[in-house]
Amino acid sequence: MRLTCPCCGPRDRREFTYYGHETFLHRPAPDAGGQAWDDYLHNRDNPAGPTRDLWYHDPCGTWLVVARDTVTHAVEGSEALA
Amino acid sequence: MSGGWRIPGRGAGIDRQRPLRFRFDGREMEGFAGDTLASALMAAGVRVVGRSFKYHRPRGVMTAGAEEPNALVEIIEGAQQTPNTRATVQELYAGLQARSQNRWPGLGFDALAVNDFLHPFLGAGFYYKTFMWPRQFWERVYEPIIRRAAGLGSLSGRTDEGAYEKAFAFCDLLVIGAGPAGLVAALRAGRAGADVIMAEADTQPGGRLLADLPEIGGQGARDWLAGVQAELAALPNVRVMTRTTVTGAYDGGTYGALERVGLHRADPGDLPRECFWRIVAKRAVMATGALERPIAHPGNDRPGVMLASAMPAYVNRWGVAPGRRVAIFGNNDSALATAQALTAAGVQIAAYIDPRPDVPALQDFPVYRGAQVVGTRGRMGLHTVQVRHADGVSEVPADALGLSGGWNPTLHLACHMNGRPEWDARIAAFVPRDGMVPGLTAAGAAAGGLSTAACLTDGARAAATALADLGLPVPEMTPPGAEDAPYGIAPFWAVDAGGRAWLDFANDVTTKDVAQAAREGFASVEHMKRYTTQGMAPDQGKNSNVAALAVLADATGQSIPDTGTTTFRPPFVPVSIAALGAGGRAKGFAPERRLTSDAQSRAMGAPMIEAGLWYRPSYFPRVGEATWREACDREVAMVRGAVGVCDVSTLGKIDVQGPDAGRYLDFLYTNRMSSLKPGRIRYGLMLREDGHVMDDGTCARLGEGHFLVTTTTAAAGQVMRHMDFVQQAFCADWAVRFASVTEHWAQFAVAGPRARDLLNTLLDQPVSADSLPFMACQPVTVAGVAGRLFRISFSGALGYEVAVPARYGAALFSRLVEGAEALGGGAYGMEALNVMRIEKGFITHAEIDGRVTAFDLGVQRMLSAAKDCIGKPASERPGLMDDARGQLVGLMSVDPADRIDAGAPLYAADAPARAENWQGHVTSAGYSPTLKGWLALGFLSNGRARHGEVLCIHDALRGRKLMARVCDPVFLDPEGRAMRG
Repeated sequence: MRLTCPCCGPRDRREFTYYGHETFLHRPAPDAGGQAWDDYLHNRDNPAGPTRDLWYHDPCGTWLVVARDTVTHAVEGSEALA
Repeated sequence: MSGGWRIPGRGAGIDRQRPLRFRFDGREMEGFAGDTLASALMAAGVRVVGRSFKYHRPRGVMTAGAEEPNALVEIIEGAQQTPNTRATVQELYAGLQARSQNRWPGLGFDALAVNDFLHPFLGAGFYYKTFMWPRQFWERVYEPIIRRAAGLGSLSGRTDEGAYEKAFAFCDLLVIGAGPAGLVAALRAGRAGADVIMAEADTQPGGRLLADLPEIGGQGARDWLAGVQAELAALPNVRVMTRTTVTGAYDGGTYGALERVGLHRADPGDLPRECFWRIVAKRAVMATGALERPIAHPGNDRPGVMLASAMPAYVNRWGVAPGRRVAIFGNNDSALATAQALTAAGVQIAAYIDPRPDVPALQDFPVYRGAQVVGTRGRMGLHTVQVRHADGVSEVPADALGLSGGWNPTLHLACHMNGRPEWDARIAAFVPRDGMVPGLTAAGAAAGGLSTAACLTDGARAAATALADLGLPVPEMTPPGAEDAPYGIAPFWAVDAGGRAWLDFANDVTTKDVAQAAREGFASVEHMKRYTTQGMAPDQGKNSNVAALAVLADATGQSIPDTGTTTFRPPFVPVSIAALGAGGRAKGFAPERRLTSDAQSRAMGAPMIEAGLWYRPSYFPRVGEATWREACDREVAMVRGAVGVCDVSTLGKIDVQGPDAGRYLDFLYTNRMSSLKPGRIRYGLMLREDGHVMDDGTCARLGEGHFLVTTTTAAAGQVMRHMDFVQQAFCADWAVRFASVTEHWAQFAVAGPRARDLLNTLLDQPVSADSLPFMACQPVTVAGVAGRLFRISFSGALGYEVAVPARYGAALFSRLVEGAEALGGGAYGMEALNVMRIEKGFITHAEIDGRVTAFDLGVQRMLSAAKDCIGKPASERPGLMDDARGQLVGLMSVDPADRIDAGAPLYAADAPARAENWQGHVTSAGYSPTLKGWLALGFLSNGRARHGEVLCIHDALRGRKLMARVCDPVFLDPEGRAMRG
């Protein structure tokens, strides 16, 4: 598997650390309540098909969102968070 | 051919001027450079090369390639013993030692051949039915016996000391296979300027050309091949990798490939045995050819029975005759062509047998039309073939029988990403579909084109497609003309006659086993495969799976395409784990990180202890100290009474800068850092977003917009990743940047009542208690070197940490240790460091193990009420602030001599040590020479309210039971007078 780091180009997946679905980007307000925080922290779909998840490129420290397909394994693209 | 098996004038692949001696089962033999072990054995007249898996039947060489099911041997090189090596792939070298497998006492007489006579009882699934009772006998009695009786080669039982390599390669076009299709594809893409890698499993390019020697473009095959090879060699953008088998197709155009580097050399020197490649290709052409399949007829496993196509390979490449009287049994035109070619090469064809009624009968050899082989004779080597034809059954004397049931395109790689092939009735075989692996195109025989001309044309076409995809020019190319005879085949899989007819030779699976599986309800192909073990041997059913499928289809009354195929998974050929894991053994798996003081510490006799990848001194033994405890106790006393020096450079150091640095750290830490004054330090706690403690450390403000934060040694990487995420995800527009500077600075703790005296001998400007108060920092000049001084303490003693650029670390350590010793102190190691931090109740990752909250630690007050931070909302969930949770406590053994161990569980004093009575556990423990007793930290349910209570520590694992009193986790100097002094 290969992913494209926006900073370093296409690289082997061994250089990346997986985090989880991009849900982690949408941090609720501190007072959003228990349900919102549970959903943010723990509740995830298990999609068969397109998904967007977070990866860290260890050598350069860039976090990226990767759009890929869990069925075909096709990687559509990736973009840096910042 | 008088006497020997070599054919004069044949065998372009061997060098008769270079004889090589080798041993097989202890017998010395001779072959030539260029031989495989199989060709050399056949030339030496060895017919039986192994015994079969289940029935222990004598077996001979069956193929001339990687698909070999029978000729599996052990190769012995000193301590190395490689089992299941295919003799058809193993190249001969001087001194090669091989041993046959799965026989006892020897190949000629094998005691377990008795299984062959018991075969009516040993059919498919026999062990599921026979060895059911008593149940406990399976593991202890039945399985060990079956394992010994069945099975293949054995390992040496010793560690594999061989060298292996891994490597990465990148290209525009990967051409898999260097037969006619692959060669033309590589040539066209090479001419277009594409970056090409052509991987060939064999020792040289050519594929079937080397065996069949067809005429190409009016030239002999070898001349044409030499011309193509010369042109490819002259193209700097083309890399030809021989002895390299592409083993798997993976996501993103990545292919695994195994290269045999040293396995064919008598003296490999420094070369690795194998190299595992990961090749990343924008496009790939799968020109892997096709594998011939045998026909299942009774007695088709005798030594001397082989694939028809293997015979011209042995004749033309290695100059070895497969037999003196050869019979061919085939159902297709390529079988007939093979018989003709063998005749032309001077091999006597005793009979050509074909079930088709319309085969041209006028040949230079006897032809049996509409005929089948219904039996064979010759236990240790074929001598008679029984042919059933319209006029009855003939006994044909023959010592070799070539089988051809047609050709299966070698489409395994195309199926590795879950693609399913389709049935092509024209050639009675499965062929790949387009797009099974993104970016991969099949060409030539692998795509179902079974003539040389079809391969040449298709290779050129596949290259053109790939070049167009790559946006490269497609050079004009007219493939040379070659043999283009139509390929006729009448599907024919198994002979209907009495006796066992083998499908899978390697696992001893017969047509009866498959039929029986279907009868017993294992009618789906995946069930049949597992019930009979069809296709599950090292050869993975390369030349038997399709025939087994046909037999199953027949038994279930379905068509072959409706029956389906089994799933092909990587690797295509067996890959040693050592090659897959090359570079990942020992220090390659866990490289060493060394302190700048490493050499001095070792010179002082300090044993090293691993902390992550770091190696840190455990203690510094002195003369007269018999145990580590004596050294540790002395080092603790040294720090408490004089001064100690400890290398603490392993702590993660992250330099944070920018106008928004304080704001960013406020969001990261539970407590406020933006209010810190320059030159001051604050202890900080960092949570995960789920509310549990991630790490702790110090945060020093070096200047207005300049902070230096430390992390624990173990969590440095995790914290850096976390900080990157928080910054990039939530505050990307803030003016803050940070970088790890862990390895830039060597940092030493100087601790003890004489710490300041020692430091002032080295500082250009001495410090006083007031000039640098507790939790303050300042730039300093240490013996002329610019450094930093932090007044912090992890021991509870008066303490400093002094940092200098790493290149001065060794020098500073020496000066500090020398000075400390002069003051009655010295260096201390991890053991003493651990005891002192327990005395003070300071936590490490033994305590913050990922399940612990600030509430559990009793530092809930560190969560600033005035601001948000990572983890704060979740930490306030009710379940995480429950008194019933384990809370950090101190523990002292009631009898100070009673040792406490980390990990031990806590129970009420009178409660039996059972899971339901569990109340907590010990996280850290050590003997305190200061307090003259065993101390421990641990988590105890509702522990803060239970100070003074006596508990039972019952450590059943280590067999220790003692009583301990619960107390505050700070055992020593709770007001912190020493470190503030």
